[in-house]
Amino acid sequence: MKSYDVAELAVRNLRESVLRNSLTTIGISVGVASLVAMLALGIGLQKLADRRLEKSGLFDTVIVTSRREMRNFNREQEGDGPAPAESPSLDETARQQIERLPNVLEAYPDIRFVTELRYKDKPHLTMVAGLPFSAENNEAFDGMAGSFFSSATAPEVILQKSFAEQLLGKASRDDQNVKVSELAKPLLGQQLLMRYAERTTASDSNGPQSTSSASYSVVSREQTLKIVGVCDLDPDSLRQQARARVFLPLGFAENLHVLQPGDLRDTTNVLGGTPTYTTVEVRVKSPKYVQSVEDLIKKMGFNTFSIVDATKNLRQFFAVLDLFLGIFGSLALAVASIGIVNTLVMAILERRREIGIMKAIGASDVDVKGLFFAEAGVMGIFGGAVGVALGWTIGRVINVGANVYLKRQHFPPEQIWFVPWWLVAGAIAFAIVVSLISGLYPASRAARLDPVQALRYE
Amino acid sequence: MSPARGAINLINSTAITTQQLCRYYRMGEAEIRALDSVSLQMRSGEFIALLGQSGSGKSSLLNLIAGLDRPTSGSVVVQGHDLQKLSRQDLAKYRLKTVGMVFQSFNLIPSMTVAENVELPLRFAEVDRGKRDSLSQQALDRVGLSARIRHRPTELSGGEQQRAALARALINQPQILLADEPTGNLDSHTGTEIMNLIREFNESLGMTIVMVTHERALAERYARRMILLADGKVVDDQPNLATAGAELTQGGTR
Repeated sequence: MKSYDVAELAVRNLRESVLRNSLTTIGISVGVASLVAMLALGIGLQKLADRRLEKSGLFDTVIVTSRREMRNFNREQEGDGPAPAESPSLDETARQQIERLPNVLEAYPDIRFVTELRYKDKPHLTMVAGLPFSAENNEAFDGMAGSFFSSATAPEVILQKSFAEQLLGKASRDDQNVKVSELAKPLLGQQLLMRYAERTTASDSNGPQSTSSASYSVVSREQTLKIVGVCDLDPDSLRQQARARVFLPLGFAENLHVLQPGDLRDTTNVLGGTPTYTTVEVRVKSPKYVQSVEDLIKKMGFNTFSIVDATKNLRQFFAVLDLFLGIFGSLALAVASIGIVNTLVMAILERRREIGIMKAIGASDVDVKGLFFAEAGVMGIFGGAVGVALGWTIGRVINVGANVYLKRQHFPPEQIWFVPWWLVAGAIAFAIVVSLISGLYPASRAARLDPVQALRYE
Repeated sequence: MSPARGAINLINSTAITTQQLCRYYRMGEAEIRALDSVSLQMRSGEFIALLGQSGSGKSSLLNLIAGLDRPTSGSVVVQGHDLQKLSRQDLAKYRLKTVGMVFQSFNLIPSMTVAENVELPLRFAEVDRGKRDSLSQQALDRVGLSARIRHRPTELSGGEQQRAALARALINQPQILLADEPTGNLDSHTGTEIMNLIREFNESLGMTIVMVTHERALAERYARRMILLADGKVVDDQPNLATAGAELTQGGTR
């Protein structure tokens, strides 16, 4: 028989006992739906984790320090490159060189200093750091009250939640669940007075390139800053103890020429006079490039530090999770496949005579087998399609439910569920394959039917 | 279909040969000899009636000729095909192309319309959809059932159903028509109509007819050769004198 004839007859036969075949098909749908919902959840969670890690900036950052900066030296690094005294300075030229390396997005100096901030004439001492403008999308600013800096050089400031609490005279221990929006209300738009020590070159006309001016003056300055945001999370978590709680736009912070810890050492430097950076942070396109970029920077004679790419292990974890979710999802489909076998075996009993007739008038074993096989396949196609739709709907509902829950817990909404196109195609294909396998036994049983006996059957 | 096909060429050539044909069944301990060493020759264009009581083996013989059943021993050769040597696939093809069958209970598929039933063998023969309509229309015209082709079998009378079954048996233009009690479920008037149709196939198309019946009167009226079976053996085989006349020479004896 030609394939369109097989398909047509199969559909016709299925329509002859609509109820039974529909129920069987619904069984397949439920199986496929559970599979799709489970895998969509697994994939969604994986994507969520990937997104979070990407935004955290933990795994795509390389921290570069000069080997002259002997404070963060350890024995292993000692033999890695040139001797500290002969190693290059981490200055603006070096920063630009690093920024030009392949797969590097940006390299910016790390400017941080401990200083005094006055709020309503009350002094507070804390670590202040410059933030590159690109940090705007960092997840640490999710749920921030207020807004990000208006420009890279604006005299604006973002406070970490704990510092905001300190300014308002609230001890964070008393109430863990203070909302940033409540903290921010009295603070946003307010002025903060920052005192700092500016490094000024003794003679400005010599410029930064001068080799003769290994001296500078330190002048005490004051700067008024406007509070624009209070962030809930900790944008500087990578720094652990040294992390800052007050953030300035990096461009603005650079222009302040605040005295840096390394400056004192520069005065004893042969190359003296060129301001150097204590640390340069390098952002790489993707965590997988971290190692190669790190190697290149080491070759330049600097020390580097990065957090090992944890996403690899995470992906492995999710592969295992998906596998288990898939197995659980497939259980329902396995049950449904038994339903197909049952339905088709019943159909053989019912249509025994019909099979006999078809054989008597010239149907071959292949024709009969093909017919039952096609019926299983058609149920698979319909079951798969309906199942994907159902699974998609279930996923949506779970997502909405989860977001309602997240909202109650004061978390931002998340897409925890994702159906990629390959899952749609794969689930339908899987349903068809399972159905066809289920159809194997009934089909061959129908084909083997003895026509003489089948014709005698009433 | 060409009415003259085979009518001249095949006369006197052998259509069906059985040699020492045996078919035994097991029923518990007992062995039932449905067919016991039957050797027959049937010529092309013959109209043969297989007569006998129920259980005489006439239907078993027909099923073996139809390729629906395999003999315990002996051989059946039809139009040069040794059925014993055919694979299951080839046997299906043989049933499709070489023989047409009609049954006492018509055996139409109830879920299909008359037209669909008639063209079903064309589907198995992988005839294009476009050609099927005209072929089934032709066959239905020949049996006089053009009007009710969109009806389902249950909406037809017995006679109409048997006409549809005949059209189905004709559709692939087989040379042999095997009929198993074709009038058994029909009243005598309708039965006569059906028998007249079958006779017409024999005479105008030159088809070889092998008809199983237990009605001697029917056999005497239409068949030109009557083979009587009892207990799986041929007990009588002779030309039908009533229909003999000029055809006596072709309705040969063994």
